[in-house]
Amino acid sequence: MTSRGFSPSGIRFENIEKRYGGLAALRRIRFEIAPGECVALAGRNGSGKTTLLRIAAGLVRPSSGELTFPSAAEASAGAAPIASKTEAIRAKVTAGFVAHATMVYDELTAEENLLLFARLQQTPDAANRVDELLREVGLFDRRNSLVRTFSRGMRQRVAIARALLHEPSILLLDEPSTGLDPQGVVWLAATLRQLRDAGCTILMSLHGESEISMLATRAIRLDAGLIVADTRTGAEVRSILTFADA
Amino acid sequence: MSLLSSTTALLGKELRTEFRSRELLTTTVVFILMVIVLFSFTFDPTYNESRRFGPGLLWLAFLFAASLMLQPCFLREQNNDTLSALRLSVSDPFAIFFAKLIANTLFLLFTEALMLPVFAILYNVPVLRVLGQLLLVFFLGSLGVSIAGTALSAISAQARMRELLLPLLLLPLLTPVLVASTQVTIGLLDASPYIEWKGIGFLVAFDVVFLTLLWLLGEYLLEE
Repeated sequence: MTSRGFSPSGIRFENIEKRYGGLAALRRIRFEIAPGECVALAGRNGSGKTTLLRIAAGLVRPSSGELTFPSAAEASAGAAPIASKTEAIRAKVTAGFVAHATMVYDELTAEENLLLFARLQQTPDAANRVDELLREVGLFDRRNSLVRTFSRGMRQRVAIARALLHEPSILLLDEPSTGLDPQGVVWLAATLRQLRDAGCTILMSLHGESEISMLATRAIRLDAGLIVADTRTGAEVRSILTFADA
Repeated sequence: MSLLSSTTALLGKELRTEFRSRELLTTTVVFILMVIVLFSFTFDPTYNESRRFGPGLLWLAFLFAASLMLQPCFLREQNNDTLSALRLSVSDPFAIFFAKLIANTLFLLFTEALMLPVFAILYNVPVLRVLGQLLLVFFLGSLGVSIAGTALSAISAQARMRELLLPLLLLPLLTPVLVASTQVTIGLLDASPYIEWKGIGFLVAFDVVFLTLLWLLGEYLLEE
């Protein structure tokens, strides 16, 4: 894909907790994703996957704990965490986020949507970058159509293009295959494979096994906000993802 | 520079989406028109009554129209979670508010400009000789309504009883703006028009204070 010009970056969760009133959405989350690693998050609905991804994206402030984005050099040297607010700003620069919702405007065309976000992110040479991404997600011919006329799969392609505008070194995806047809899933898997092979760090929440889950080299299972399994062993990765909904 | 460019891009988006859907303007214009026409036929006011009651009625209609307009301001951003996309993209979250409040002010002014001639004809109130001053009051009043309304719209959009919460918070907060705007408008529509400078001063102060508060606290209003 197009994420080529970045320096690889990892993610470090240091005792992250998130409470909504009396409800603990995440508890004692402590793990590190190495730069270039592709990690799948599994777990039942309400287990805390989305909250964890939104914290990593800088959208939700953790109740306690630290989040850092160490570069490859920092990761090996064990860099100290930086204050959360600074990291939230850094998350914006470092990470691209694809949420469960499409995060694009129905009343704008695909091109207008991408140009808007490119301008907000101050992407250099925004028009060319948008054209390039529209071609890569296969929507260049439909660039002047309103997003509300698109199928869910096409909207998801616009959403992924939006997340890749600033060539992020980390990609966060919340159930990215939602609404995609089998061809769409194959396309997304190929896109993510390309990004992973280029050194992009990927953290994604998944339900069940698919072409996309085959990309994961590590799986983490959450249950009631706690990490209950974390493995890099191929067979165990498949097992965690297959029984995610069990 | 970043604030200015982000605001310009976001304002373009606000105007484009509104002029494509016409969701806010249609509702607001129809609502104000109904209020003004209905009251005109119900009371059949004389020339002097129009001068006394007209300004209050006008601003009351503007207030209700504004609350209709402000309600979907942030709610629309929740449909596809576009607010999150904006938060991830802008370096200064105030740009999101700034663009929205400029757009809301423009929409309100557009509606008011459409309604002023209707009001002048139905209520037999000459407005041409004080048009400039009236537009100044409309601008200052609408800006105050938009600043406070945009902030409260962001708060209420995240609440459970959002449809109820916005008017509950908005109406008491805007009462001073309405009183000041109405007083200045009464002066301008008088047989011997005069400018109520105290009211103008209050409107300017309200706008500056609430804009500053929004600039300082806006980031926290957008947090999940």
